Amino acid sequence: MATEIVFDKLVKKYGAVEVIHGIDLQIDPGEFVVFVGPSGCGKSTLLRMVAGLEQISGGDLIIDEERVNDIAAADRGIAMVFQSYALYPHMSVFKNLAFGLETAGESKAQIKEKVHHAAEVLQITPLLERKPKALSGGQRQRVAIGRAIVREPRIFLFDEPLSNLDAELRVQMRVEIAELHRQLGNTMIYVTHDQVEAMTMADKIVVLRDGYIQQVGKPLDLYNHPANRFVAGFIGSPRMNFLDGTIAATGDSVEIEIDGKRIKLPGRTVQRGSVGDPVTLGVRPEHLRITGGEGMGTLGTVRRTLVESLGGQTLIYARTEGSRNVVLALDGQVDVGENVPTYFDPALAHLFDPEGNKL
Amino acid sequence: MSDIAGQKSSLTWATHISVVFLVVIWLVPTIGLLVSSFRERDQISASGWWEAPFSVELTYRTRADSEPEPVDGGYRITGNIFETSEVQEAFADGEGRITAFGDSARAPGGYEVGTEADLGDGERLTVNADGSYTYIVPEEPRRPPRVYFEAASPPQFTLDNYRTVLTADNMDRAFINTLTVTVPATIIPILIAAFAAYALAWMDFPGRGLLIAAIVGLLVVPLQLALVPLLKLHQTIGIGQSFMGIWLAHTAFGMPLAVYLLRNYMAGLPRDIIESAKVDGATDFELFVRIILPLSFPALAAFSIFQFLWTWNDLLVAKVFLPSGDASKVMTVKIADDLLGSRGGDWGILATAAFVSIAVPLVVFFAMQRYLVRGLLAGSVK
Repeated sequence: MATEIVFDKLVKKYGAVEVIHGIDLQIDPGEFVVFVGPSGCGKSTLLRMVAGLEQISGGDLIIDEERVNDIAAADRGIAMVFQSYALYPHMSVFKNLAFGLETAGESKAQIKEKVHHAAEVLQITPLLERKPKALSGGQRQRVAIGRAIVREPRIFLFDEPLSNLDAELRVQMRVEIAELHRQLGNTMIYVTHDQVEAMTMADKIVVLRDGYIQQVGKPLDLYNHPANRFVAGFIGSPRMNFLDGTIAATGDSVEIEIDGKRIKLPGRTVQRGSVGDPVTLGVRPEHLRITGGEGMGTLGTVRRTLVESLGGQTLIYARTEGSRNVVLALDGQVDVGENVPTYFDPALAHLFDPEGNKL
Repeated sequence: MSDIAGQKSSLTWATHISVVFLVVIWLVPTIGLLVSSFRERDQISASGWWEAPFSVELTYRTRADSEPEPVDGGYRITGNIFETSEVQEAFADGEGRITAFGDSARAPGGYEVGTEADLGDGERLTVNADGSYTYIVPEEPRRPPRVYFEAASPPQFTLDNYRTVLTADNMDRAFINTLTVTVPATIIPILIAAFAAYALAWMDFPGRGLLIAAIVGLLVVPLQLALVPLLKLHQTIGIGQSFMGIWLAHTAFGMPLAVYLLRNYMAGLPRDIIESAKVDGATDFELFVRIILPLSFPALAAFSIFQFLWTWNDLLVAKVFLPSGDASKVMTVKIADDLLGSRGGDWGILATAAFVSIAVPLVVFFAMQRYLVRGLLAGSVK
């Protein structure tokens, strides 16, 4: 049966410096959770606390209703895949896979059977007698994952396992890890700084910043309803356009003044804030259009600075009249003139207060 | 692994010249010792080892000891100089060419071969290149007269020196003694230091930093300071002067460097590998034996080479901690005390003894040096 993990006000301190500030999180059995955030946000530290490689300074870590703060890494029933793979260089692949089983004192016959089974799942059977240095990056990654699954742990931990691979291999391994999760059904925690990996693999994304959780939710919830400006900027590619302005009118249809220009958001309301308050308008590049329509908002006409044609998508980098940078992501192959009209659906626009919280 | 670090220096030529320079500096005396150890004593004193393949002009002295026969105005002695009793052994094969001769030790080659030399007092001497001579004296000599000559003798190589060094004078015993000291004195510190190094590198306990600092501090303490106190300690606890004592002494003196070297190497091993093994359920002991030790092999080899060479070449510690009797002399002591004393002029023997004493370190070095350069970590982390 899959495993449940609960973080109860987890704190990590290095000396006097607190880097993880009381994290509360519930991970359901069999869930694939991705910790995502910029470097230094504490995501790896948090993972290593789960693994037992970092002491927990405060709060409780509960795995399957058992407090494991003081239980050694080896006894937590976890397996971890490291960014650097961390294969034992002097051992063959077989020995690498068998190491965890040998320390657990399993019989030779059992070890052999389990290793061969794991090797088959990952299609590395022909590599079993090789040393790690004779393997390619992708093969090493497979062996590292094999070393994790052969021990049949309750929880899998992945610490940026794909960041050393080239782009093509990364996509392929991403699919394989997702497939592995579907097959095994274990609880998995995956750390990455790549929001694409987070969006594609996760059942639940945890966005971290400076040791605080910014938002927890399903990938599309985070995309559609970011709780704050940080999450809005972090999730989604290309990045969301942010335009600073002030509230010009409240009521049924909010109006915002940016660089002396009023932008109407038909049908949008705000719970907080009054006329004259600073506000940030966020619109995703893919939500900007060059054709208008009933009830659409507009950023006015922007001046094109650069066009990137990706075939399926055209990215237009432009400046508003107030010299603010905006990016438009248009479907298909589009020719535009130097001056581009911009429209957006007010329902897809986001408003943030100066602290970055959603309005 | 050809691209070790960074780009190729533009000073490659300087590197090459330095390497050649170092190699020459090292090779010249070593080869000199090797060549000299195969030469005879007389040849060594007559010419340098680099002339070993060529004939050597040696000076001989002998007596014209054939029967004098009366002639007009005196006596005549004729014969072949190579057959005279004092030198016939040196020219047993009958070969030899005389280049010059004389009648005094001051000018052993004062006269050209084939000429008649007037030696004064009516004595005349002729020596030909093939060794035949004619000595004319006015009166019947009481003893056969002295003759000096210089002859070219072909290069001769011999194993006699080795025979002497290895069998006579208890040198074989000294060789065994040196091994008896060196092998345990290399293995014991490695065993202890490896454990200590692991603990200092990867285990968390209070006072770890202080301990490391103390070890670094001990690196600079000269061992001479500890000789007397340590020997007194050995006497007190009953070890006295013995092999046991010298093992312990070498172990103690080698320990700071061993711990320091190994700790630094182990601390440089990738953290991920160690953590991965911990997650895999390895205890500290399993981690040490199965992961750390195999990966630290280059450092272990490097230190064992150092320690082996140092204990093998050591004279001071051996003189202090071993009994002075012949039965427990090591080679360095043997060479310094016995050979230099009794056979100080016998260069062939000294060269041979020196070469025998460096032969084993050479073998050890060449056997282990590949571990010094091998990149054992290749392929573990990307």
